[in-house]
Amino acid sequence: MNWTLDRATLRALLPAFSLVAVLVPIFLLQPATFSYFGIGLLLNLAVPLVLATLAQLAIITANDLDLSIGPFVSLVACIGATLLADRPLVGLAALAGCVLLYAAVGALVEFRQIPSIVVTLGLSFVWNGLAVLLLPTPGGVSPTWLTSIMGYQTPFVAAPILWSTVIAVLVHLLLMRSSFGVRLRGTGGNPRAMRRFGWSLVRGKALLYGIAALFGVLSGLCLLGLTTSADANLALRYTLLSIAAVILGGGEFIGGRVSVIGAVMGATTLTLAASFLAFLNVSPDWQVGMQGAILIVVLSLRVLLQQRRGGHR
Amino acid sequence: MIDAHAPAQPQSSGAPPALIALEGIGKTFGRVKALADIRFQFRSGECVGVAGHNGAGKSTLMAVLTGVLQPDGGIMTIEGRPVSGYDPNVARAAGLRCVFQELSLCANLSVAENMSILHPALRGRDWRRRATRLMLEQLDAIFPGHGLKGHELIADLTLTQRQMVEIARAFTVVSDPVKLVILDEPTSSLDAHTAAQLLAFVAKAGERGIATILISHMLGEIVHAAHRVLVMRDGRVAAILPREAITQDAIVAAMGQDLDAGVVHTTRRETGNGHARATLAYQWTLGAGARTSIDASRGEVIGFAGLAGQGQSEALLTIYEAATKGRERVAFVAGDRPRDGVFPLWSIAQNLDIRWLLGARREPNGDAKRFALLPSTIDRRAARALAAEWTERIGIRGAPSAAGILSLSGGNQQKVLFARALASDAQLILMDDPTRGVDIGTKRELYRLVREEAARGRTFIWYTTENDEFAHCDRTYVFRAGRVTRLLHAHECNEQSLLAASFADVEEVPA
Repeated sequence: MNWTLDRATLRALLPAFSLVAVLVPIFLLQPATFSYFGIGLLLNLAVPLVLATLAQLAIITANDLDLSIGPFVSLVACIGATLLADRPLVGLAALAGCVLLYAAVGALVEFRQIPSIVVTLGLSFVWNGLAVLLLPTPGGVSPTWLTSIMGYQTPFVAAPILWSTVIAVLVHLLLMRSSFGVRLRGTGGNPRAMRRFGWSLVRGKALLYGIAALFGVLSGLCLLGLTTSADANLALRYTLLSIAAVILGGGEFIGGRVSVIGAVMGATTLTLAASFLAFLNVSPDWQVGMQGAILIVVLSLRVLLQQRRGGHR
Repeated sequence: MIDAHAPAQPQSSGAPPALIALEGIGKTFGRVKALADIRFQFRSGECVGVAGHNGAGKSTLMAVLTGVLQPDGGIMTIEGRPVSGYDPNVARAAGLRCVFQELSLCANLSVAENMSILHPALRGRDWRRRATRLMLEQLDAIFPGHGLKGHELIADLTLTQRQMVEIARAFTVVSDPVKLVILDEPTSSLDAHTAAQLLAFVAKAGERGIATILISHMLGEIVHAAHRVLVMRDGRVAAILPREAITQDAIVAAMGQDLDAGVVHTTRRETGNGHARATLAYQWTLGAGARTSIDASRGEVIGFAGLAGQGQSEALLTIYEAATKGRERVAFVAGDRPRDGVFPLWSIAQNLDIRWLLGARREPNGDAKRFALLPSTIDRRAARALAAEWTERIGIRGAPSAAGILSLSGGNQQKVLFARALASDAQLILMDDPTRGVDIGTKRELYRLVREEAARGRTFIWYTTENDEFAHCDRTYVFRAGRVTRLLHAHECNEQSLLAASFADVEEVPA
């Protein structure tokens, strides 16, 4: 019994370990970063990635994979920089339409039993196309309110840390603790059982996809607020980074096993890893590869933990 | 025995209407008539046993009762009122619950969280605390000494614990009452001790007016617990046995299976023993510090006994690893089909010949062929012939061999797994509770195959949770807490000695 607890705790702590493992060398290499502004700079781009990761997490909870979250976040940023800035009502309607469309896609994936990877891969080109139509060349202007929200200096703790923590806690309460969230996770854990007890899987998936779109919209707006102008290819790399962050945070591709707090830590770790490598003077060309290496190390550790469990049982 | 097609007995005017009455329920899938003209009444406080072959329509009938499937014809009334728009939510509101054979727990949720799947009313601020309390109360009531706390993830529990959780959950009450609980193979993963706890609880629940439907391939349990037995055959009601007429023989007779295979117990194969004893073919040591030693000769059937989850499966795996390292020709028959048995996306034939393909890579003299530079292609004609031969020989029914494995019923899937091992060149066959949830007719066919193949010199190591199966074993090792506590030879292997050894205190085990 003791061992069960240990294993579960270890597993839950792994994202925290990896976060510390990246953070400590950074502070050692550049002691100046251990300050309000230093941390703020390091984690400047963490919040949009955290939100995109939570969008991916909602989809992974339903045993699906979203290959379109990066282009979607880019599209939202483009909508924000054009429609939302010029005609706010049209902009809001466009964003709401995106969320509804996402939910409809979720319903369709369940209703017609189409692989989500195929659907979202197709959608990624649709989002990218729309973004290019809206903003053929990089540009546009972020609405001033958005820029001021993202530029707001929080007291005592750097804004990205505060936002990430607040988001993590809120989503944790919603998805992991509330009975509503537990039932949503159930659709990923055992869809057949959910159906047998009279829950609608179509509704469940539509909800999860809708939640994903909401986080996608928030991610795109945050990103726009930070960069102040948009680009159709602004966030393409978020697709794979968000998947990596969910897995890094203790999630599994199938079975509805996810951890919100872990995923937020995973997203933060990946953001930091890029800065860490920059401090080490690793050229940007190599950074993506190094991020991959970090991911492989952490995932190997997790497999090791699982094997030890197998040996003890 | 009552004629199945006699009109339902008229209600005496004063008696309350039946809890659930079925009048001519029918259900057709494509061209298959899964249910035809089912007439039956479930009464409050009564335990109804349901027996029948695999594919006799039991599961379909239960799916209709729980609202998962809509019947094509017939009328269903609940407490005298005909139901309309029947679905799982109406069924739950009416007090119907079901313990599903393959379990309906979400592995990614905790024990308490799984309560919210069944009970939509569990919401609001302290739903988690209420769920935990209800679940633990019910677990305490049914399985005293269960050792669960409520926050464990289902994925971390053993199969036995999961089944306990599934059963306890069905009896919990949040807002809808519990009036009828369907137990579909509830003891398939329970050991004798917990199974007895469950049957005792069913009797107690009956006194409180809760009706139960007990579906079990262990006829002894039905005989022990049921007030009436509904025997099904080919989607029809074959017989309804009243309390005084319930015996294993009567049930088996009504299921339409002959009893002559039961002679097995007396004419057990003694022949293999004499000459094969001389050649000790296998020996393994396992457990902590390699204290436990297990040996087997060619043509011997070795049993692994004991309560469920006392290290038998682990011992089988250790043996499998050792045998693979030693280049023995070994095959494994899994009991947990979805987890480590079937390839769910493959056809029946592909599931059947996969182990044979492995053997086909060997030279005729039995040595493993070195990896060829070019992978050889599969001899499709031989594969087809093999699938056809074994489908015929082992009696796989329900779907053509090109159909997906999941189109078969559970028992027939298990036959495919058996055929997979037997069709291969394996000389040592390890079986991990292979008759879990398999009907008695299939079991007897499997017993016959084991005996035939053992007579040809194959060695079987057979872990089972059903004590009467050790009658087919030459020697039986009894496990307790991961160690062998006793070795029983065929003549001393009976119910008492098995139980005595199974329940031996761990302290008595030589350390």
